[in-house]
Amino acid sequence: MKYQSQKVAKPYFIAALALFFGQIVFGLIAGLQYLHGTFLFPELPFDVAHMSHTNLLIVWLLMAFMGAAYFIVPEEAQTELYSPRLALVTFWVFLTAATLTIVAYLFVPYSHLAAITGNAALPTMGRGYLEQPLPTKIGIVLVALSLLFNVTMTLIKGRKTSINLILVGSLWGLALLFLPAFYFPTDTVKASFGWWWIVHGWVEGDWELILGALLGFILIKMTGVDREIVEKWLYIIVAMTLISGLIGIGHHYYYTGAPSYWIWLGSIFSALEPIPFILLIGFSFKMLMQRRREHPNKAAMLWALGTPVMAFLGAGLWGFMITLAPAQYYMHGTNFTAAHGHLAFFGAYAMISLSIISYAMPLLRGRTANSSAAQRWEMTGFWIMVLSMLGIALALTGAGIVTVILQRAADDPMGFMQVQDKARVFFWVREFAGVGFFIGLLVYLRSFFIAGEYEYASEMKQALAV
Amino acid sequence: MQQVFTKAMARNIFLGGAVFFLAIYLALTYDTWQRIPVRDHADKMTSAVLRGKYLLDTNDCIGCHTINGEGAYFAPELANVYKRRGPEFIKAWIKSQPTGVPGRRQMPNFHFTQNQLDDLVAYLQWLSNIDTNNWPPNIQG
Repeated sequence: MKYQSQKVAKPYFIAALALFFGQIVFGLIAGLQYLHGTFLFPELPFDVAHMSHTNLLIVWLLMAFMGAAYFIVPEEAQTELYSPRLALVTFWVFLTAATLTIVAYLFVPYSHLAAITGNAALPTMGRGYLEQPLPTKIGIVLVALSLLFNVTMTLIKGRKTSINLILVGSLWGLALLFLPAFYFPTDTVKASFGWWWIVHGWVEGDWELILGALLGFILIKMTGVDREIVEKWLYIIVAMTLISGLIGIGHHYYYTGAPSYWIWLGSIFSALEPIPFILLIGFSFKMLMQRRREHPNKAAMLWALGTPVMAFLGAGLWGFMITLAPAQYYMHGTNFTAAHGHLAFFGAYAMISLSIISYAMPLLRGRTANSSAAQRWEMTGFWIMVLSMLGIALALTGAGIVTVILQRAADDPMGFMQVQDKARVFFWVREFAGVGFFIGLLVYLRSFFIAGEYEYASEMKQALAV
Repeated sequence: MQQVFTKAMARNIFLGGAVFFLAIYLALTYDTWQRIPVRDHADKMTSAVLRGKYLLDTNDCIGCHTINGEGAYFAPELANVYKRRGPEFIKAWIKSQPTGVPGRRQMPNFHFTQNQLDDLVAYLQWLSNIDTNNWPPNIQG
């Protein structure tokens, strides 16, 4: 770790993992409620478990991205972070606001929460992923502004690498794209149209740029490949993201009240959205093959290679499955979307977050890489989580197929609740896979508590003895 | 001819492509914005409809249901429930929740007044008349 101020990343990463743990607990609860509809009712209705699950996801990913920014920007800029103290204060503000928000979801009925937090003055509550009360949303903006100020001032006084420019630029984009959260038209169709500026704009646009920058940074550090090559690839990847995704947003506009020309525009452009994910796979494996060093952090390398593959499967492949309008006509609003969402969010954003944590945490703890034992635990956790998430995606896809056949495409369609009943076996498989995922997470977290750094001497001896 | 594809060229494609397609998206959005009120009969958005929407939002109905396929997949589609069930059934159903049927997915009771129920139904009726390009495929949603 080259600059002392990089260590402010550590609390962000620790909080990210703690919130990730919380996210999965709520996920298991919600998944069980699919099968035992009275589980924890009425104290914890499904929608509260669901919004806790999704909101924790978003907050932990933001914590990880912020930690990554505080770690990467100073190192890339070759100067200390502008204000480490501001970063730490902001951390506590963010963590406190997030925790209070989840507590509010759990203990205050939603309509009452709306009433006491000024929702009537400026309505913002009631949309998916944007369930937060107005004060929380304002808090998010303030936290984002603090981050932007800090990293931008750092960037200005230091070296301006492409990775830093793309990373800081996309953090500005992240903040700007959140502002439509305060714009909630009374016209439902307009409200839905604008909602996607945030959701599509983030996860199928801006965040892909963040992913690329983080992956590029990790690959430069771990493989020693020339920066010019890595950064050229990165520009091609982010170019394809925006060229496909800016009109590709139309794949959310087929059946929600928008004009029908979106059916053609959305289908054609969103069909191109897997391209950056294919390029990301090529990118990471090519850099691996051209590496000039054997980095001792094998676990981080595994995350860095696994992320593009899983991101391609979840975002690229599963996304493509539901993106063309004729197919989506039958699959819209089914568990196909949930399958894609789970695999894509985990494959792309959870995994890139865990990748940067895997690379940076040992450095933040004073070593280049963890002991082989710790890395084995971490890599085992990787595989269990990856395979479990593929299980979740396949199970939800099965449930989606049941819905399409019995409820959407049938000549004599069955009702929703009856169809959900027919899909039970898939929801059971999903829940088991979810438990598997949770076990993988525990194994992964255990790795942080295995002492010791990488045993260069004995590993070298073993390698030479072969 | 030897062509060297440089980082600078890649960066220019990124910046140029972003600006170009953003401009197209903004133009399309402007057009869409003009067309939406016709497609969704915005002129029929009465104060009852607006009050009903506010109730749906502040009780987090999309935390379990979908509206035009968007939301959670725990409970049925609401955009065409007015056509599927009719106003009286909907009000009676909401009033009688939770069912308490063992194992069945449960809906809370929101203790709505009669006026609130009427407002909700007004919103659900308005939703059922939006031109969604023939979606959903059938009445089951």
